[in-house]
Amino acid sequence: MSNVEILVIDDEVQIRKLLEITLQSHDYKVVQAATGKEGLIIVANHPPDMVLLDLGLPDESGHSILKKLREWYSKPIIILSVQSSEEDIVMALDNGANDYLVKPFRTGELLARIRTVLRASTTEPENPVLIFNDLQIDLAARVVKKNDEPIKLTATEYSLLTLLAKNEGRVLTHHYLLKEIWGPSYINESQYLRVFVAQLRKKIEFDANKPRHLITESGVGYRFV
Amino acid sequence: MVNIFFHKLKKPAQYLICIFVILAVSAICYSLSQFIGYRIVALILLVSVSLLAMFFDIFPVLVASLLSALVWDFFFIPQKFTFYIDNAEDGLMLFMYFIIALVNAVLTFKIRQIEKEANKKEEKDNMLKLYNTLLNSLSHELRTPIATIIGATDNLQTVGNKLSDEQKDILVEEISTASFRLNKQVENLLNMSRIESGYIKPRKDWCDVEELIYGVVNHIKENNITQTIEIDIAGNMPLVFIDFGLMHQVLYNIVNNAIIYTPADTVVQIKAAYSKKVNGHFNLPRNNVVRDSEIDLLVITISDNGNGFPENEIGKVFDKFYRLKNTETGGTGLGLSIAKGFVEAHNGVIDLENISAGGARFRIEIPTKTNYLNNLKNE
Repeated sequence: MSNVEILVIDDEVQIRKLLEITLQSHDYKVVQAATGKEGLIIVANHPPDMVLLDLGLPDESGHSILKKLREWYSKPIIILSVQSSEEDIVMALDNGANDYLVKPFRTGELLARIRTVLRASTTEPENPVLIFNDLQIDLAARVVKKNDEPIKLTATEYSLLTLLAKNEGRVLTHHYLLKEIWGPSYINESQYLRVFVAQLRKKIEFDANKPRHLITESGVGYRFV
Repeated sequence: MVNIFFHKLKKPAQYLICIFVILAVSAICYSLSQFIGYRIVALILLVSVSLLAMFFDIFPVLVASLLSALVWDFFFIPQKFTFYIDNAEDGLMLFMYFIIALVNAVLTFKIRQIEKEANKKEEKDNMLKLYNTLLNSLSHELRTPIATIIGATDNLQTVGNKLSDEQKDILVEEISTASFRLNKQVENLLNMSRIESGYIKPRKDWCDVEELIYGVVNHIKENNITQTIEIDIAGNMPLVFIDFGLMHQVLYNIVNNAIIYTPADTVVQIKAAYSKKVNGHFNLPRNNVVRDSEIDLLVITISDNGNGFPENEIGKVFDKFYRLKNTETGGTGLGLSIAKGFVEAHNGVIDLENISAGGARFRIEIPTKTNYLNNLKNE
């Protein structure tokens, strides 16, 4: 039994029950809150290792709960949302959520996201070599290899690749990527991102039109797996 | 159809035409008065009023009958150029003339009203029939998966211990399939209501057309299709400024539709191109020509060499809930309407035609800004 404790903040009792059974059967401890206020109190008194937060809460919007939590709670928060509204998702991610899932979701998908987010938050990326199947990124030597063949990347392509790869499994928003790679004045210049993602895919993917590493999250950002 | 046209004329025009016709007919009769008797003139005028009654509203016709009675009295009944009538027979004739003209006008008016009501009722019946068909197909599409879920869970709850593991697996699989089908239908309905409420505002951003189209095709190919999909993207394609998510849905719905309704060995071809189109006006500040606005067109066609659409139904395929006759169940008839709604939200147009060589071709045109940054190999 792992000691990982997950707080579920969702007003729908059916969803809470489903999540409880799913998570418990995978050895997570589950705490539940039906309202945002209740959730805030639980986190304040007994901080869990992770929060699953529904965006559509009856008493206070999930966005505002997220902001309040992020003032002092630094552990992972995954957003659950019924509307697949990209704006909502981008806003939550920019406000510090680690990942998101749109209801209805597959439980397998949920568990995978939880594992990814937990792993990223517990292990520091000490290892200088990141390996993704056929792709190797040696951060110390600044060398990228595909099937053991070194590939040539420009400086921008390399920064983009390493930023994504260091956040394996996590969706990074367009704004975040533009700000980190090109600088704060470029956050609306998404054309740069499009062009460099396309160039990068041609170099690192087996088939650039069927990317298996650099995944598009439509309207939200990119995820590296 | 003619009388519908005349009814659309404004009132003053109707009055003028009525008066003009009566005066013209009277003038002709007057010039012929040495060949025809004045009583025949009354009949000719009566016929004119009856004809007018077929085309115009009641009040202009009443004016025409009154005017014609006066004209007949003044210009034709002996003691011409006076209203004076010297024998009782002519007086009676004038009186009857007026009554007949009046009855004529009123009767024609009534007949037309009855006709109008009948049309309205027929229209209403047709609407009701259409609505019922839609509702039937929709409730079928929603209820089938719900019935499956309720039935399967009932079985698992009540006779679960009598079922073999294999049977249980089948039931669970059925529940799962039904849930996804239901989810798809609900998503379609939500999209449709977003379109109808005018709530859709595209979140436009720079998009790579290649990524868009290959993304759709990869998505479609997850369903293990038997058809071949060919992709042809114009060289030097610029980035376009569109809503990636909405356009993904548009292309998915159209290509998926082609896949569902064409034979196994069909080739579906997706072509993307763009054309330069200069809009707006030109400014000439200090002799420098400045292009004020430049709008390009993204043109995507999706064609197949299947059987095409029945010509008599091709105009209806974008209608909400419309499904081709003799197609199997399994769709709500919303996919193409949603595609059209999303394209129109981009101020674009979508149309469909059958290809003479066989098969159908959808053509989408989206006005968009373009960016050629991807042609600059920098950094």
